[in-house]
Amino acid sequence: MSTILENLTFKGGVHIPENKDLTSSKAIERAREPKTVYIPLQQHVGAPCEAIVKVGDNVKVGQKIGDSKAGLTAPVHSSVSGVVKSIKKMHTTQGIKCDCIEIESDGLNELDESIGVKGDLTNLSKEDIVNKIREAGIVGLGGAGFPTHSKLTSAADSNIDSFILNGAECEPYLTCDHRIMIEEPEKVIFGLEVFMKYFDNCAGYIAIEDNKKDAIDILSKASNDKNIKIASLKTKFPQGESYRIVDSVLKRVVPQGGRCKDANSVVTNINTAYAVAEVIQDSKPLYERVITVTGSGIKEPKNLLVKIGSTIGEIIEQCGGFKGKPGKIIAGGPMTGIAQYTLDAPIVKEVSGIVVFTEEEVKIDKVQPCIKCGKCIEVCPVFLEPLYISAYSLVGNMEMAEKYDALACVSCGSCSYACPSKRPLKESINHAQNEIKSNRKKS
Amino acid sequence: MEGMNQDSVTLDNLLIVSEGPHIRSNQTVRRTMLDVIIALAPAMVGSIYFFGFDAIRLILVSCISCVVFEAGIQKLLKREVRIGDLSAVVTGLLLAFNLPAPTPWWVAVFGAAFAIIIVKELFGGIGSNFMNPALGARAAIMASWPEIATNYVNPDGISSATPLAILKAGEGSLPSLQRMFIGDIGGVIGETSALLLLIGAVYLIIRKVIDWKIPVFYIGTTAILLLLLGVEANNIIYHILAGGLILGAFFMATDYSTSPVTPKGRIIFAIGCGLLTALIRVKGSMAESVSYSILLMNVAAPVIEKWTKPRVFGEVKKNESR
Repeated sequence: MSTILENLTFKGGVHIPENKDLTSSKAIERAREPKTVYIPLQQHVGAPCEAIVKVGDNVKVGQKIGDSKAGLTAPVHSSVSGVVKSIKKMHTTQGIKCDCIEIESDGLNELDESIGVKGDLTNLSKEDIVNKIREAGIVGLGGAGFPTHSKLTSAADSNIDSFILNGAECEPYLTCDHRIMIEEPEKVIFGLEVFMKYFDNCAGYIAIEDNKKDAIDILSKASNDKNIKIASLKTKFPQGESYRIVDSVLKRVVPQGGRCKDANSVVTNINTAYAVAEVIQDSKPLYERVITVTGSGIKEPKNLLVKIGSTIGEIIEQCGGFKGKPGKIIAGGPMTGIAQYTLDAPIVKEVSGIVVFTEEEVKIDKVQPCIKCGKCIEVCPVFLEPLYISAYSLVGNMEMAEKYDALACVSCGSCSYACPSKRPLKESINHAQNEIKSNRKKS
Repeated sequence: MEGMNQDSVTLDNLLIVSEGPHIRSNQTVRRTMLDVIIALAPAMVGSIYFFGFDAIRLILVSCISCVVFEAGIQKLLKREVRIGDLSAVVTGLLLAFNLPAPTPWWVAVFGAAFAIIIVKELFGGIGSNFMNPALGARAAIMASWPEIATNYVNPDGISSATPLAILKAGEGSLPSLQRMFIGDIGGVIGETSALLLLIGAVYLIIRKVIDWKIPVFYIGTTAILLLLLGVEANNIIYHILAGGLILGAFFMATDYSTSPVTPKGRIIFAIGCGLLTALIRVKGSMAESVSYSILLMNVAAPVIEKWTKPRVFGEVKKNESR
């Protein structure tokens, strides 16, 4: 049984109605076999893949169909068995347009020969671990989509002494991390042990917000490793943002412009650890994941194990369809997710949920003048003055926006959430960040 | 294949596509102002109890004038009419609270015009004014008709010296502490009852509308400096309960647009208010000092804010990076 560290937290942040009860007690269900999938060749931070199959080829489940020679990339795999119908540009749920491989399923679900080969962690070298993770196409499944093998290798020389699994799931509505923790605790812990081994048996932490007492309980009982501790975090947004979690769990400050490794730590999502366990134990690449389909606009909210490349429409169909008129469909959580314009966008690896709000619920608020209440400053987890950065950004004064540290914003959206005047704070700060960065490139 | 006969989902309307966050808190400007009005309600009822029809008259004239002037000037300046945000009502209430009971109605109308047109709207409207509108108006009235603005009466209608004036003069008899706390004393209509004002203040703090640090540091600084300046310890409590310090510290020094937004800045601002209040009371010629102290600090607020820019999380200290 692992020790539980209680009441950990950071300064700032905001309490948001959780709305997790729509799906938190619903066991993960396997989605029905999609008829057609569209596998995007860019599902990660870094270089896009190139297709290594042609139109007309037969492919199997888990077969690698796209890869790249670049360092920062992650290969993609087919999630069905069937025939490659086309390779065409499409908008993915991440809001980018890229080549997608259209595969028509034969409904047989025939697995690639490489899958299912049992593996054992004890005999694996660091290099083996990185290679297996890379070949399986594993990326950060919390939403960032950073290739996991690159995360490991880039931190290899940083004296990592703590590895944190991020099970905070601070986004409202989402429960896919929660369900994985209570349904697959052994695999989650195994995944963590793989990471700990990679960093020379460093300490391991599983960080969970205290609104998921059952997960804290189950994981602490499931773990026999003295080196693993369960970190119970106060429920507060953005507790799961990686620098916040390093602050909460380890009381270390990631320097501005730095990465977690600069605080001798690495953070990765719970579902990523689960995916790593699947590749090490069963040689199963990342071609399916659990997502939470929820919101007031969904008839039967569910936690679904879906195949990557399934379309949003296909998934919503299996949750009883829309309840009322949909006003907004979000890929990811409602704080940091991406609004969709079509039901045809394919699910990519880093999408953790589909949240649908009804038309009545998404009325756009009228923007009022700033009353200088200071709420945005109170909630900002990096101690910015969002009201001023936003004001400068909106009049195009990017030098002043930069002076007010626009670049330190982590885009959590707490300021926009809390603003009583409904001002587009985070939105305009992001705009300033983009302008400042592009101006730097120009000069 | 299963699911073949299921209706597939379709969209027959357009979706809203915007950047996150896709949810917003239900706090609004109107709700915030409504909270302030709710918090002022006990003291309003108290003022009517103590000062009777005069209080009703002043509150109504002041609030209605503020709303009418705001709508009028916004129309005239071709701005959006924003009286729905209720901020003009708050200004009206606070202005009335700062007038003595016998004040003629037209003085309240003048005050409302000055507060809304000059102090608030000509400087850009809600959130942009640099001086508290109600206090600015009180200062203007004080300068124009000093005998009206200081015609303090007791609840029984008899003109009398306020507790602070008695303390300053060192003669006359002070009311009992109990009467002071309840508000059965002379003064402007909204400042007398510490009890009723504090009930509202607790509500505002619980609703997180105001930052408790401003009133606490303000009143604390005032008390400490008064002691240092040689005021008898016995009289400190009179100083706290009298002269609108409670009203000023909880309801006026906490005004958003005229106090710093930074956490440290708010504390410095409050300490500044406290220092000025105590200094003017002991060393100045006036007995009342809260209004001017807050107004002076209002002017200093933008500078304080610049000095107290919060250090960004993870910011590397200048001398460390070298």
